Amino acid sequence: MKYLHLIRAALFRRKGRTFLTLISIMAAFLLFGMLNGVRQSFADAGKSAVGATRLQTTSRLSFIQPLPMSLAARIEQVDGVEEVTWANWFGGAYQEPSNQIFTFAVPPNYLDIYTEANVDQAARERFAATRTGLLVGKTLAERYQWKVGEQIPLLSNIFPNADGSKVWTFDIVGIMDTDDSFMSQTALLHWKYFDESNPYNQGQVGWYVSRIGDVEAADRIARDIDTISANSSHETKTQTEAAVTANWIKQTADITLITSSIMGAVFFTLLLLTGNTMAQAVRERTAELAVLKTIGFRDVPVLMMVLAESVSLILIGGVIGLGIVAVLGPVVDAMSGGIVNLPPVGWSSWALGIAIMVLIGLVVGAPPALRAMRLNVVDALAGR
Amino acid sequence: MSDMIQIRDVSKVYRRGKQQVEVLHHINLDVESGDFLALMGPSGSGKTTLLNLIGGLDAPSSGSITVGGERIDRLGAGALARWRAAYVGFIFQFYNLMPTLSAQKNVELPLLLTKLGRAQRRKNAAIALQLVGLADRAAHKPGELSGGQQQRVAIARAIVSDPELLVCDEPTGDLDRQSAEEVLALLELLNREHGKTIVMVTHDPKAAEHAKHILHLDKGTLVEQVESDPARAEAARA
Repeated sequence: MKYLHLIRAALFRRKGRTFLTLISIMAAFLLFGMLNGVRQSFADAGKSAVGATRLQTTSRLSFIQPLPMSLAARIEQVDGVEEVTWANWFGGAYQEPSNQIFTFAVPPNYLDIYTEANVDQAARERFAATRTGLLVGKTLAERYQWKVGEQIPLLSNIFPNADGSKVWTFDIVGIMDTDDSFMSQTALLHWKYFDESNPYNQGQVGWYVSRIGDVEAADRIARDIDTISANSSHETKTQTEAAVTANWIKQTADITLITSSIMGAVFFTLLLLTGNTMAQAVRERTAELAVLKTIGFRDVPVLMMVLAESVSLILIGGVIGLGIVAVLGPVVDAMSGGIVNLPPVGWSSWALGIAIMVLIGLVVGAPPALRAMRLNVVDALAGR
Repeated sequence: MSDMIQIRDVSKVYRRGKQQVEVLHHINLDVESGDFLALMGPSGSGKTTLLNLIGGLDAPSSGSITVGGERIDRLGAGALARWRAAYVGFIFQFYNLMPTLSAQKNVELPLLLTKLGRAQRRKNAAIALQLVGLADRAAHKPGELSGGQQQRVAIARAIVSDPELLVCDEPTGDLDRQSAEEVLALLELLNREHGKTIVMVTHDPKAAEHAKHILHLDKGTLVEQVESDPARAEAARA
């Protein structure tokens, strides 16, 4: 600690250069904060504690292949299954086809299983009683300034209604006041309206969701559910919600690979940039370091001071960069009315970020620090 | 008086590529405690090399060096660093102050190696600055001081941990005559009033006149020993 002022003095010896380097480091960790948030969000999708108690059953052929409604009663009979619900993709858009909304047709008991939707009792009763009822997520409602009681049209990109039109009219009966970012941008329409109005899907569902009591028995229960339809024309595949989400993401893109590649390139560039800065900074101070050693500073403290300087440089820039994402993320989300959703910088991002900062600091600081440690005082004082 | 420095049969050989260059050749020298010795000689005669050996910055190729009763040629790098911190103050031609630190912080540097607390370090540094007449310049950075003032800050840094020995390499080499005289007067004061043993390398005969003894080196060998002021030398021996 008593060497802190020496480290600070060395760090800000050339303010312009340090400032520019700090901006580069800030930019790198700003990008890291955003990308790691995206990666973490995808990695955590479906991994909630509630999600672990849910099994999703889809057609083994393809997740767009419907399953017969008759399966519901048989799945309910499987030992360990507490409740069964189902859903179908609706594919809604508001006003413009580009304003896509995650919309699902679900029966009222869907809310018993997806408790994180957080719908109050009055809204649940209205949803159960209103054929054209629609529950909308909080973020979605804020984005389009929808209110309970309002009637809105949604365009389905797949299903026509009883009139043959793809424009469906709904009555908003409740808001899902949820913290789940996906559900907050989702709309749920009443199953009965969907099932009875469209000519394609009658008596069939997109997928089933079963709530199970014992998470440890999930594999056995999944096998038992799939056994019901074995060797039939509608064989099923039952997985935990986390596995379904992971498969779906994998089919879309390898987010981890993409984000890791970008972050790798950014950090490699940062390594070269700060490495060069540190080497230059220490080279300029050769005589000063020689004086420190002359008056009695030993090799290891000199090495540690240069390393501390390097780590401090990266930490200052990195923490500011990550801090900007952490502070501005919610502000940008709020100001965009939910259109932009920057993932929050969680503790894992902070921990990983700080570990990367320290690592880069040590890597870029090591060569000049070793040079400073091995400095020959006589040669350095003579300017050789 | 006892000997502060005893140099016995010291040689120093440097390698320059495949060549070996003998810079010092079988030097024998005794410097008494409280002495003020000026080392003179042409460039390349080995003055700075001898000074570096006395200050424990370099090791001899052969022979022994004892300073304050310690065989410093036998010390390892770490022990030698600790010894320098405790027993030697260094004064350079170009002051070698930290440009980003104030005069006060520059003077405090050697005290960072001691167990003194922050307040005591500040107090000792202030006393050292007062001794060199720069108490009112404590907050100034080296760039805001004249050459003579910077050298006086360097002297304050050299004496702040109260070392017995001061080694000075051309301390007036970068100063005008008036500043040089002020610095030399200060060194004389430290020698006379505070009992510091001083070994000073200089090219300047006028600077050397301030020393009690003058020693000439040529081609790595001691050629003559001159007493600059017989009356003072006599007094010093008494």
